[in-house]
Amino acid sequence: MKQRSYLALEGVTVEFPTKAGKFCALDHIDLNIEKGQFVALIGHSGCGKSTLLNAVAGLNKPTKGVIFLDGEVVDRPGPDRAVVFQDHSLLPWLTVEENVALAVSKTAQGKSKAEQKDWVMHNLELVQMTHAATKRPAEISGGMKQRVGIARAIAMQPRVLLMDEPFGALDALTRAALQDVVMELQARLNNTVMMITHDVDEAVLLADRVVMMTNGPAARIGEDLMVDLPRPRQRLSVIDLPAYGAARSGVIHFLHERYRNPAQAA
Amino acid sequence: MASLPETQITPAPVAAAAVILPYPETAIARRFFPPMPQATHPLLVKLQGFASTVLPTAFMLAFLLAFWSLACGPDSALPGPAKVWEESHEVILHPFKGVEFHGLVPDIQDGGDVGIGAHIMKSLARVLKGYALSAVIGVALGMLVGTNKYAFRALDPLFQVLRTVPPLAWLPISLAIFQQAGPSAIFLIFITAIWPIIMNTAVGVQNIPVQYRNVAKVLALNPAEYFLRIVLPACVPHMFTGLRIGVGMSWLAIVAAEMVQGGTGIGFFIWDSYNSSLLSDTIVALVWIGMVGFALDRIVGLIGRLIARS
Ligand SMILES: Nc1ncnc2c1ncn2[C@@H]1O[C@H](COP(=O)(O)OP(=O)(O)OP(=O)(O)O)[C@@H](O)[C@H]1O
Ligand SMILES: [Mg+2]
Repeated sequence: MKQRSYLALEGVTVEFPTKAGKFCALDHIDLNIEKGQFVALIGHSGCGKSTLLNAVAGLNKPTKGVIFLDGEVVDRPGPDRAVVFQDHSLLPWLTVEENVALAVSKTAQGKSKAEQKDWVMHNLELVQMTHAATKRPAEISGGMKQRVGIARAIAMQPRVLLMDEPFGALDALTRAALQDVVMELQARLNNTVMMITHDVDEAVLLADRVVMMTNGPAARIGEDLMVDLPRPRQRLSVIDLPAYGAARSGVIHFLHERYRNPAQAA
Repeated sequence: MASLPETQITPAPVAAAAVILPYPETAIARRFFPPMPQATHPLLVKLQGFASTVLPTAFMLAFLLAFWSLACGPDSALPGPAKVWEESHEVILHPFKGVEFHGLVPDIQDGGDVGIGAHIMKSLARVLKGYALSAVIGVALGMLVGTNKYAFRALDPLFQVLRTVPPLAWLPISLAIFQQAGPSAIFLIFITAIWPIIMNTAVGVQNIPVQYRNVAKVLALNPAEYFLRIVLPACVPHMFTGLRIGVGMSWLAIVAAEMVQGGTGIGFFIWDSYNSSLLSDTIVALVWIGMVGFALDRIVGLIGRLIARS
């Protein structure tokens, strides 16, 4: 038997029951991701990116096909596949610290209370949010909330970190700052990451590999591009490299030439 | 803004190096700022705020009293304000007749001849018991119906039918079950207040945002943790909406129940004053009922806000 990748999607098909019959969102997706690889998932709105990510998270079940993580079949959600949601999804009745602590309490079995607290604060420090530890989500800015969302996810020490358009709702400057945070974290922790984005630059800057999806319904993987940029990356030092420009133009050609936005094509 | 005139900088004569040049006039002029508007005294600001909230209510009350006096002349069947005072100032001034306070615990004299405050306290005690019961059971049932779709399908039609039954219609049934006035009044409160509590709690649970449920799934919270950390806090606002409607309805029901049953309580007081043709006493009782109902609503609302914040 051949060696499976760390995260392996084999023939994953997702269909949704609708009034007009079955709606096939994803059609036989095969995707192999190695440990420590940062994969960006890009495609036009409604093509099925979230559906794919949620399948890996276990939040929706594939109609056909199997997902393996480290040799085990994924069949339910779990803290080993932490998710950073687009709308941060912090619990508004808990403070920043308590939000992270809730996640830590579910993943740090065997650690003492003091150790857990240290771990919470350590992760808040990684995203520079210790100053707001006692604040409620409503009292901090959108960028800060997303930092906390990231802290909550990485504090769980997941085997795969899943991010669904984590910066989609942020302004350009905040977005850049958070991309820097993610780059820094990736340099330190070397997580296996699957991240959805709409932003070509974000994909190329952050990812080792950009997976491009065709337009739905029955979306497939259209192209799979390796981004050959050195790590650790720094925004200013990579954007002038030829490999950056090549990757960027590859993605743009895919999105705007081969698989144009269905809304525009119509 | 117009540009300011350039400062003339005269080069200092080399020979007279020790002479200190005067600071340029124009620069000095620039340092004077227009006077700040006089700050209002903080006490005055507070007073203004107070007046702007209280005065409209005060005007409304004055208008109401004036209208009432004009509409109910000396010969009308409904007494005007002056007549109410004349006939009922004993009731107004001695609400706690027949009540002894041991610290905060009131001890109400037996027999009918007690002040209106004592009747209110009797009614409140009943409401408290019935309402506490309906709050506990209502929230529990609401949670059940909100989380379990089979429980919802089984119980929701029943609730929808029963909640439209007016409180007084329960009275004969309640009397038949309990055979006694006291417990059946409490049952009446319970059965009146419970429906909005169930309904609103259930809606609160059903409307827990999908994001929170996804967080719970990703964290793999067990059912107990899911309930305590997500469901309960997420539906506090809806729950307290129900609890607030419930307390208002239970206060409505107690007055009705006591009117029919007699004995003690504010409902009995009204019935008694009506039978003795003391309409002005009834008017005093109405004011009391309104104030207490208002206070109950505010208290439950306040508790809800305190819990939501913690
Ligand atoms: N629960 C569902 N029931 C029916 N159809 C669904 C459901 N969830 C998603 N879909 C459909 O599946 C397709 C893919 O949806 P998905 O949310 O994965 O898109 P996406 O690529 O994440 O889009 P976006 O970039 O806008 O977030 C869409 O056409 C959507 O209408
Ligand atoms: Mg999406």
